[in-house]
Amino acid sequence: MKLTSEMIDGAQVVRVEEERIDASVAIQFKDRMRELAGSAPGRVILDMGRVGFVDSSGLGAIVAVMKLLAPATRLELAALTPTVGKVFHMTRMDSVFAIHPEVPGEGMRHAV
Amino acid sequence: MQSDATVRPPVRTGESARFRLQANEREVRRVLGRIMAYLGDGLCQPDRGTVEIVLAEVLNNIVEHAYARRPPGRIRLFLTPVGDGLACRVEDDGHPMPSLVLPDGRLPELGDELDLLPEGGWGWALIRSLTADLIYERTPRANRLTFRVPVSWKADSDPDRDTIARQRVAGG
Repeated sequence: MKLTSEMIDGAQVVRVEEERIDASVAIQFKDRMRELAGSAPGRVILDMGRVGFVDSSGLGAIVAVMKLLAPATRLELAALTPTVGKVFHMTRMDSVFAIHPEVPGEGMRHAV
Repeated sequence: MQSDATVRPPVRTGESARFRLQANEREVRRVLGRIMAYLGDGLCQPDRGTVEIVLAEVLNNIVEHAYARRPPGRIRLFLTPVGDGLACRVEDDGHPMPSLVLPDGRLPELGDELDLLPEGGWGWALIRSLTADLIYERTPRANRLTFRVPVSWKADSDPDRDTIARQRVAGG
């Protein structure tokens, strides 16, 4: 489970460098997120732009990460791909997370 | 020059494809990859997503529940593209469904508190809302789930579709 992290505009942006967050990597994802973001107060934005698929175990892991980072750190999501967005919508989890259409700062970089 | 036969798309209505896997999470991921390759570009992207969500939840449920507390066995999957979707049959040799009834598929409550947010329990809600004609049967040793995912085959990838539709009309 490869995750990379950088600071953009005061938020920690964690990019998921995987095509899937599913049952076979859900626990790894949770553990890696705890290592990467567990100590940083403020906002963590999870860049989901490369993730084409999330199953209900993967979704559960993302919810679990939000709970374990709170209250010091707020987990937000960015750049959901269509199938992932559908899973969030159908489970109403899109009402629980702040979801950004794209990673903050990305639009500006693309515009250059 | 290629003939039509050699460029025919991988998916044709009425032809079944069979997949087998060991009931574990890595195998589920592997076989989903194979199924998505088998479907090829016969479906538009949203429909591909729908099929993948449904099959992932069905297979994960079998791994997690049917084969809970027993050595993982096999799962058999039969997919048949039909005029109005993808007909699916999934069989396993695990525990029967409790009371031999499928879960109702209600979404878990969200509640007001972060600590109480659900971390699962969405599987049957997803399956039930994305499928039609869902039937569960228990044979002496196996579970059999049949259902249809209502998706639309792209016309150009599905030369048999009109024929099948005509046969259905003709057959009443």
